[in-house]
Amino acid sequence: MAVTASPERDIVATPMQRATREALYAGAIALGLFVLFIGLRTDQNISNELILVQRWLLLAVVVVLTMAGRFLYVAYGQPFLANQQIVDVATGLLPESVATRFFRLPYFIAAIATVAVLVFLAGSLDGLLGPGLAGYARFLRALAIIYALASVLFYFRTFIHAHFSALGITALALYPVIVVLVLALYGGSVAAGFQGSLKWVDNFGIQILIYVMLAWGLNIVVGLAGLLDLGYVAFYAVGAYAYALLGTQYGLSFWILLPAAGAMAAFWGVLLGFPVLRLRGDYLAIVTLAFGEIIRLVLINWREVTNGSAGISGIPKVTFFGLMTFNVSDPNYIAKVFDIATSSAYYKIFLYYLILGLCLLTAFVTIRLRRMPVGRAWEALREDEIACRSLGINTTTTKLTAFATGAMFGGFAGSFFAARQGFVSPESFIFLESAIILAIVVLGGMGSLVGIAVAAMVMIGGTEVLRELDFLKQVFGPDFTPELYRMLLFGMAMVIVMLWKPRGFVGSREPTAFLKESRAVSGSFTKEGHG
Amino acid sequence: MAGTTLLDIKGVQTYYGNIRALNGVDVTVKQGEIVALIGANGAGKSTLMMTIFGAPRARAGTITFAGIDITQLPTHEIARMRIAQSPEGRRIFPRMTVMENLQMGASLDNLQHYDEDVEKVFTLFPRLKERIAQRGGTLSGGEQQMLSIGRALMARPKLLLLDEPSLGLAPLVVKQIFDAIRELNRTQGLTVFLVEQNAFGALKLATRGYVMVNGNVTMSGTGKELLADPDVRAAYLEGGHH
Repeated sequence: MAVTASPERDIVATPMQRATREALYAGAIALGLFVLFIGLRTDQNISNELILVQRWLLLAVVVVLTMAGRFLYVAYGQPFLANQQIVDVATGLLPESVATRFFRLPYFIAAIATVAVLVFLAGSLDGLLGPGLAGYARFLRALAIIYALASVLFYFRTFIHAHFSALGITALALYPVIVVLVLALYGGSVAAGFQGSLKWVDNFGIQILIYVMLAWGLNIVVGLAGLLDLGYVAFYAVGAYAYALLGTQYGLSFWILLPAAGAMAAFWGVLLGFPVLRLRGDYLAIVTLAFGEIIRLVLINWREVTNGSAGISGIPKVTFFGLMTFNVSDPNYIAKVFDIATSSAYYKIFLYYLILGLCLLTAFVTIRLRRMPVGRAWEALREDEIACRSLGINTTTTKLTAFATGAMFGGFAGSFFAARQGFVSPESFIFLESAIILAIVVLGGMGSLVGIAVAAMVMIGGTEVLRELDFLKQVFGPDFTPELYRMLLFGMAMVIVMLWKPRGFVGSREPTAFLKESRAVSGSFTKEGHG
Repeated sequence: MAGTTLLDIKGVQTYYGNIRALNGVDVTVKQGEIVALIGANGAGKSTLMMTIFGAPRARAGTITFAGIDITQLPTHEIARMRIAQSPEGRRIFPRMTVMENLQMGASLDNLQHYDEDVEKVFTLFPRLKERIAQRGGTLSGGEQQMLSIGRALMARPKLLLLDEPSLGLAPLVVKQIFDAIRELNRTQGLTVFLVEQNAFGALKLATRGYVMVNGNVTMSGTGKELLADPDVRAAYLEGGHH
C-alpha cells in the first residue's frame, strides 16, 4: 500500500490549469494593490470640497489585463521558453532562437519596402489618411526603421561585440555628419539639413553625452571607489556657476574657465571628502545627499552673487579656440569666415564634438587611472577598506583623490552645460539629477564604461523619444503628455534590468593585471594534467 | 641578526568602548622566530593582532617594532614599516583577480620586485598560479587563505602576522599552509607571529608560544614546553582531539 502513490499525485497540472490558477492569483493581487490607487480618486467638486471619484471600470480593466498577461505567460510563454532549451532528437540541434526567427531576410525586405513607401508618401500622408491615421503611419515608419536597423545590428552581432568601443566612438564621431547628410537629402538643401539637425544633435546627441560624462565622472566615486554619493549634482552646479559667474563678470574665455571650473569642483570634492572620511554606505549617502541640497540652497539664497532662483543668463558662448566665434554680430563669426549661410546648427555641432571630446577624456583618464596605483587603490578600497589599510594604503588620500577626480569631471560637465544653455539656475541642480546620474551608473553596471554609456543612451535617449510620441495623443486624448511618464520609464527600466541583469548591463569587470607570459603558463599546466 | 628583538609589546591595554579587551599584555617576537599565540574564543588574540596595526589603538603600553615606537602610528604607516598581515577572515579583494590581489600586496614595494615576488608566491602556493585570472571571491577557503598570505608576502615583510590561518579549513589544507609557513621561515628567515585556535598545529610549528586567557598572557615558553604542559594540554589540546 505504501508503495502505490495516490492517483491524484500522478496527475501534473496541465499548463492550462496552472495558467488559470495563477491568473486568478495575479488578479487577486492586482485587485488588492490597485483598489485604492486606481479604483478611487480624490477630486474637488464645484464648492471646493474633496470628493472620492470611483473608477471601478478602469480598475476592472487593469485587473483583467493583469490576469490575461499572467495567463498568457504561464500557458504559452513558459512552455515556449522551456521548449527553447530542448534539443531536437532527430537533428541534435537546439530550436532556432527567438532572435533568429524574429530577424529574417523576408521581414527585413518588407520593412525596407514599408519605409521606402512611407518616406516617399511623407508629404501627402495627412491628405491621404487624415491626421489620425497619418500619426499611426509615421509610428509604423519609425518601427520599420528600427526593425531594419536592428536586423543589420543582429546580422553583424559578433563583429560588433568584438569591436564595440571602436565602433561606438566612430559612430559617435560621425553622428552629426550623418544626421546633416540624411536631413539634407530629405529636405533637398544643405541649409535644411543643418536646420533639421538641431534637434537630433542637441536634444539627443549633446544631452545624452552630458549624462554619459556625468555618469562616467560619478563612476569613479561610486563604481571604482565604492563611495555612494547622492549629491554628485553639487559638483555639476559648482562647475556651471563657476563658468557662469566668471564668464559673465570677468569675460574670461571658456578655455580658461573649463580647467578652472574643474579645479573648483575638485576643491569642493575634497571639502566634502574630509568630513565623510569615516562614513561608508548608507551614512555616507545621507551626508552627500545633504551636501547636494546645501549647495543648491546656497545658490538660491545667496542672491547678491548668484541672482537667486532667477539664475544667471547671458553666459558667453564657447569660441572656436579663440579663432572663430558663434555670435552672428562678431566680425569673425564662423559663417563669415567661411562665407557660408548663417545657421545656429554650427554651434550645436561644435558643442557636440566638444562634449564628445570631454567624454573621451573622462574615459581615457578613467582607463589609465585604473591601471595606476591610485586607481587600483580605489578598487581595493571598494572591496575592503581594512585590508587596504593593512596593505599600507593611505585610505584618507585615496578617498579624497576619488572624490576630487569625480568632482572635477562633474565640474567640466557643469561648465559645458552652462556654455550650452547660456543660462543657469538652481532648478537644474535638484536631487533628481543626482538620482538619475546614479541610476545610470547602477544600470550600466558599476565600473563599466561601456555599460554606463549604453545605459545613458537608453535612459536619456528614451526619455527624449517620449517627446516624439505625439501619436499617443490619438489614443489617450489631447491632454496626454508622454514626457510626464519618463520617470515611469526609468522605474520600469530599472526593475527590468535588475531582474534580468542584477549587476547592470555590463556586470563583469575587466582585470587590470596579467601575468606576462600567461600563454606559456597555461600551456605548461595543461601538460601537467591537474585534476 | 638572529636573537635581536623585532616586535616588542609591553603592557598593552586595549578597550572596545569601556570594555577592556587586553589587560596589559607583554609579548616579544625575535628576529627569525615563529611565535604562536593560542587561546580560547574571546581571549583577545585577534584584538592583540589588530592593536599591533593600530586599530583599535592601545590605550596604555607601548608597541615597538625594530626599535621604533609604532603605538601611535596610523595603520598604513605601520604597514609601511614592513609588517604584513593576513587578517582574520582573510579579507582578500573578492571582485579582483588573484593577480590583482597580489599586485595590491606589492603596492607598498612600489612594484619594484613584482615579477620576482609573484614567482616566489607561486612556487610556495602552486594552486594560486592555476587560479591566476580567477576572481578572489570565487576561490575556495583554502585558496583564499593562500592568497591572503601570498598578498602579505608581496610587501616583502620583515614580520608576517597571521590571524587564524587554519580557520574553517580542511586538515589537509591546514597542513599545506603550516608547511608553507615553516618553509618561509626556514629558507628566507621570515619572522612570523601567528594567532591560532588550532593549538596543537600552531605549537608544533612555533619556536615559542604564548597562552592567552581573558586578555592576559598566562603562560609562555617554547612550543615543545607548552605542548608538554599539562594545563595547556587539558585546556586546549585534549578537548580538541576527541
